[in-house]
Amino acid sequence: MSVVTLTIDGELVSGRRGETLLQVIREHGLALPTLCHLEGLSERGGCRLCIVEVEGSPRPMPACSTAAREGMVVRTATDRLIRYRRMIVELLFAERNHYCAVCVSAGNCELQTVAATLGVDHVRYEYLSPRLTMDLSHERFGIDHNRCILCTRCVRVCDEVEGVHTWDVSCRGVRSRVIADLNHPWGRSETCTSCGKCVQVCPTGALFTKGAAVGEMVKDAGMLTRVIEGRDKKGWQE
Amino acid sequence: MNRADLRHMAEAEQERQERFRCRIMVCAGTPCLSAGAQTVLDSLRKALAESRLDAEIEAVASGCMGPCSRGPLVKVRQQGKKEIIFERVTPELARQILLSLAKGRRPPTVSALPPDFPFLARQMKVVLANSGSINPERVEEYVAAGGYGALAHALHELTPDDVCREVSVSGLRGRGGAGYPTGVKWNLARKANGERKYVVANGDEGDPGAYMDRSIMESDPHRILEGMALAGYAIGAEQGFIYVRGEYYLAGRRLEAAIRAAERAGLLGSRVFGSNFNFRIDIRTGAGAFVCGEETSLMASIMGRRGQPRQRPPYPAQQGLWGCPTLINNVETLATVPAIMGKGGNWYAGIGSAGSKGTKVYALAGQVEIAGLIEVPMGTTLREVVFDIGGGIPGGKRFKAAQSGGPSGGCIPSGELDTPLDYESMQRVGTIMGSGGLIIMDETSCMPDVASFFLDFCRDESCGKCVPCRVGTVEMHRLLRRITGGTATMDDLAKLEELCELVGAASLCGLGMTAPNPVLSTLRYFRDEYVEHISRHRCAAGVCSMAEVPAGPEQEALLHAMGGAGEEA
Repeated sequence: MSVVTLTIDGELVSGRRGETLLQVIREHGLALPTLCHLEGLSERGGCRLCIVEVEGSPRPMPACSTAAREGMVVRTATDRLIRYRRMIVELLFAERNHYCAVCVSAGNCELQTVAATLGVDHVRYEYLSPRLTMDLSHERFGIDHNRCILCTRCVRVCDEVEGVHTWDVSCRGVRSRVIADLNHPWGRSETCTSCGKCVQVCPTGALFTKGAAVGEMVKDAGMLTRVIEGRDKKGWQE
Repeated sequence: MNRADLRHMAEAEQERQERFRCRIMVCAGTPCLSAGAQTVLDSLRKALAESRLDAEIEAVASGCMGPCSRGPLVKVRQQGKKEIIFERVTPELARQILLSLAKGRRPPTVSALPPDFPFLARQMKVVLANSGSINPERVEEYVAAGGYGALAHALHELTPDDVCREVSVSGLRGRGGAGYPTGVKWNLARKANGERKYVVANGDEGDPGAYMDRSIMESDPHRILEGMALAGYAIGAEQGFIYVRGEYYLAGRRLEAAIRAAERAGLLGSRVFGSNFNFRIDIRTGAGAFVCGEETSLMASIMGRRGQPRQRPPYPAQQGLWGCPTLINNVETLATVPAIMGKGGNWYAGIGSAGSKGTKVYALAGQVEIAGLIEVPMGTTLREVVFDIGGGIPGGKRFKAAQSGGPSGGCIPSGELDTPLDYESMQRVGTIMGSGGLIIMDETSCMPDVASFFLDFCRDESCGKCVPCRVGTVEMHRLLRRITGGTATMDDLAKLEELCELVGAASLCGLGMTAPNPVLSTLRYFRDEYVEHISRHRCAAGVCSMAEVPAGPEQEALLHAMGGAGEEA
């Protein structure tokens, strides 16, 4: 397998051809925040938290959907990038109603972790405070749109791994919302297999198991790689 | 169809046209139709039938003639005489014109445009050469005007390599806005490896105030088909798609009719002109999303997916529709190609300025005496366009700025009136050529309000995929609303500028990257207006109502009840 060498934050590192910048960066133990990226799912490049500076490119590039190329010079943590990342997290908090104090995923939330890591302790933008609903029509699970950050991990896992495509996104812009089937209550969905993969990969408290109290909803996004590996190795035959 | 057939078709049509003593063209473009052109045409036809003059005089529905704000427009073409264009024609006036023509008298001069009418005389028509002169619904008229000759010539005498070279020599750059060299793009697509390749014409024109592509599609659809077929031959594609904006019903209908007619005549389809080249064109209609004009979203939409962009590279020329190499060009770019192939790349390169060759179509709109569609050589100054061609600002008011490039563009202030309209000069003054919309503003325009209008548009049209664009544009618009409402602080202005930086740098596609441009460019030239709104609660233009007192909790609640940006759809 051919390899590429590139410079990341001043250090010469190696990567396999075909890998993304994010993979190379993480293989070398560097931390880069992400929300829409999840090992095992297709890349979306939507949260823009993993943006890095690549020499020769006037704009920062998302590491998750940029291929590592020979001789690239990459910087992952300049003041400008950190400022941008903080602003992006602030925008996410301003967009919907993220009240950690009453959230089932408080303490186990990726958005919360990213915000804490980046030191976002207040939001300078006007809270949009949209009036969003909660769908508890499913027997076992619930969805709270107030916590959704539109990373579409649920949409992708349902389509790409479970092969069902129950979830999709309706409307556009700030009005975008995750919907089940053709905007039916989740409980009435004719396609949903109730596998719960969407719940496990959701980075926030938007998708949860019913009956969980504040702070109880611990997720296992890592199950996805186990599922995919198991399938590849045909681990469940016989 | 072979070349002799094409020649025969052209001659037969010319003969047919010469049988008429006079041809009356009525503009059947969208602006004229909405001004009542259809009733004018109907009354003309009725009068012709009643007076049994239809063997001598023909009434034709043509494409756009240019001065759209003066519609309905009627052009009279008599053998051996100079053509006359009449403006603001009523059915009554049309009958009078017809009557005088029937009696061999001079037509009434009351609403005739003078022969040296600067709006028309100062233009140079290449793409619009047939607009307003032929009936877009008859392929014979396009052929009689020399149409499909370039395609026949290319298929028989040129290699795909030659076609690409000719386009490179012409110096043509993408007319969709970015100005990427067309020859380079074609060569990339030609050299790309792929089992199948595609050609896409981008007719999803969403900029407020811009309608160049619509007019070309409505007025001369075969020119686009010929350009696409030439592109298909050059890169080795057998399938083309025209992506037409959903709102452009008439353009879609005429294109569809044109495709059918071209297929029937053997100008498209299998073995075009008896060569080994097959080319099919299909139409895809957009569902009304601005972002679908962006090439990766457009491709997703053609493939039946949600119209959202993806990260580039890979570029469409490497990996486009269904993973195959795809050439995406704007409608206007493709419509230029038949002229380049017909008259040669060097001829085209001889027009325009050093870095920007050829001509450009603009939609002149806003506070200008004559609004409409114009085509001028690249490098024509803004002053010439506004004052010489457009007739200046109505009501004796002062020119303030011209907004170009739509929501991705910016303003050219009065101090820069002598800016040549070409890619480089426009970039230098902080705006872009864009697809060619020019909105002229006079002293009654308030620049923060203009910026707010464009941000409102971007906020509404953001697809929602990436955070900076989805939420950033909403917050920017809110800050602008505070400024125009007189409740902002200087801190808000700083926040706005910081958001401009983030949204421009970190967004996924062109929509988000360029969304801050109207704000940045108005701040560059009219910062004092922003400051005046903030510190003196005054709008010099008198546009912003400043009636709002600083928002307290009650007002905030009211805002949400009334449906702010974050309100649920």
